Amino acid sequence: MEIIDNLILGFSVALTITTLSLAIAGCVLGTIIGALPGLGPSNGVAILIPLAFSLELDATQALVLMTSVYYGAMYGGRISSILLNIPGDEPAMMTTLDGYPMAKKGRAGDALVLSGVASFVGAFLATIGLMLLAPILARVAFYFGPAEYFALYLLAFCTLGGIGAENQAKSAIAVCLGLGISMIGVDNSTGMTRFTGGNLHLYDGVDFLVAIVGLFAVTEIFVFIESRGRDSAIGVNLGKITIPFKDIFATRWTMLRGTIVGFFAGVLPGAGASLGSFLAYMSEKSLAKNQDSFGTGDVRGVAAPEAGNNAAAGGALVPMLTLGVPGSGTTAVLLALLMTLNITPGPLLFNERPEVVWGLIATLLIANFVLLILNVPLVKLFTKILQVPASILLPGVAMISFVGIYSLSGSHFDLLLMTGFGVLGFILRKLKIPAVPVILGILLGGHMEVSLRRAMVLSNGDWTYLFDSYISIGLWIAAFIGFVAPIFLRSYLKKPEFPG
Amino acid sequence: MSDRIFGLILTALALALFASATQLESPFFADPVGPKTFPILIAGAALLSALVMISIPDQEPSWPNFITLKKLGLALLVLVFYALTLKPLGFLLPTAIASAILSYQISPKLIGSVATGVGLSAGLFFIFKFGLGLSLFPFPRVLFG
Repeated sequence: MEIIDNLILGFSVALTITTLSLAIAGCVLGTIIGALPGLGPSNGVAILIPLAFSLELDATQALVLMTSVYYGAMYGGRISSILLNIPGDEPAMMTTLDGYPMAKKGRAGDALVLSGVASFVGAFLATIGLMLLAPILARVAFYFGPAEYFALYLLAFCTLGGIGAENQAKSAIAVCLGLGISMIGVDNSTGMTRFTGGNLHLYDGVDFLVAIVGLFAVTEIFVFIESRGRDSAIGVNLGKITIPFKDIFATRWTMLRGTIVGFFAGVLPGAGASLGSFLAYMSEKSLAKNQDSFGTGDVRGVAAPEAGNNAAAGGALVPMLTLGVPGSGTTAVLLALLMTLNITPGPLLFNERPEVVWGLIATLLIANFVLLILNVPLVKLFTKILQVPASILLPGVAMISFVGIYSLSGSHFDLLLMTGFGVLGFILRKLKIPAVPVILGILLGGHMEVSLRRAMVLSNGDWTYLFDSYISIGLWIAAFIGFVAPIFLRSYLKKPEFPG
Repeated sequence: MSDRIFGLILTALALALFASATQLESPFFADPVGPKTFPILIAGAALLSALVMISIPDQEPSWPNFITLKKLGLALLVLVFYALTLKPLGFLLPTAIASAILSYQISPKLIGSVATGVGLSAGLFFIFKFGLGLSLFPFPRVLFG
């Protein structure tokens, strides 16, 4: 009953003209961002956050807009996977495996509609999962003290590379870089400055939005110039868009399985949507009797990863909202948005600001229907976006990123710092050091240190206090397993070869 | 090799963080661990992972060749130029120049790039100024006193 009351509250927030129009605008923008090759949900949301502030929205509205962009980008990512064989974002990579071959066979329209429906199934059911699971997790999180939070942050950092992590030392380096950067500035509890090198601009610390836009958007500019410094073109014939009812019916269980696998992959801290789509695809393939058809345009190979990655997108919101620990790169960016809006995610959010959480959930339920309409009957409109030449798109992205950050701080130092983060991001990407842990380190470093110091105050400096409760011990063990398991699982989880 | 070089840089950074953290004086009213413990822990973890990276390096990444490197260097210069001139020169001119150069790097057609620069500059100014209400100056501030 409590859920129904909360949902009524949520819909009373969601069903206002402003909130609905923001959700629709977010869905359209998100689908465009997702469809553009190279611009994924995390880049898109990162670039748009500074601009969203200039609209002077309240917390719920800003969150609704940005989460709709996030969901939209997850839907849109498949469009360029299917038509260009270039994933619009990383989670859509698995969709290229069967989506592009299907398009080459002259079934591009069918692939787009089928994957649109699979995205809807995944995202809609995951939103319901979020609705059911988040309050339960928030209740558990009430028992968390500083020692438990410290262990939780450690768990998030240890599992961040995900099961697919290639080199745990590199994930750890990324986390340390982020945590190191987070310590720059004034230490809040003593008022001392740390690691600023005497630079006045750094006294307030490094603004995480500067780091995020630098590491995501500016890096993308360099990567684009290096790797895809040319205009792309749609090589397949789209044809007339019809609804392939037979395929949709045939893949109904595939979508459901993909959703379940994807949702739980999303809930795991740090695992995210890429893992969701990967596991959904691989589990579907291993269940199939005729595995050879995968990779040649099998409808199940299109439905499973799309249901999986969209379900993971919803699942990743669960730890972000209830514990303040994001489950993916984009939710890390959304966490930055919340923190800038002075909202602290965590169990208290559900009690103190129910209108924010439930307004968001209700809007997401509505947004999914908007996205279904945008991505099935109107999908042809979005394929036109792919014809925007990179020579216009790339400078546009660069300028929007710069003006966004400039509008927030008005300081050229921040713009230079952002460019510096862009260069750092490029080098990290070359060395295969993931950037998301750096971001999360910058975002959560302060909280992690405060938790540690509070725990030490409570225990009078006794370090064993960190392992004093069953919850802490469980989290420490999970962190250890999360860090060590990928080293052993690597050979079992080999990624499939990508064609072309 | 690249992993080893980066690992060495990180080792130096970790040691610098450690040295700098040990120099921090805890005030008498500080909590039991003070402002230096967390940085020291992070420095330790960073040092350990940097050493692992040095001793077990991955395959050499494919670094850009000289021509691409020049392109990337130019892009970086353009971004730095944009960061430094956006405030004093106003929005329109730096945006047009920066986007025209970036556009030329992807598709080396002079007229197309200039058109992209001018179009993006005017279009984005219109959106930012009148759509989002950002306080942007179109022209150099000195012109307005």
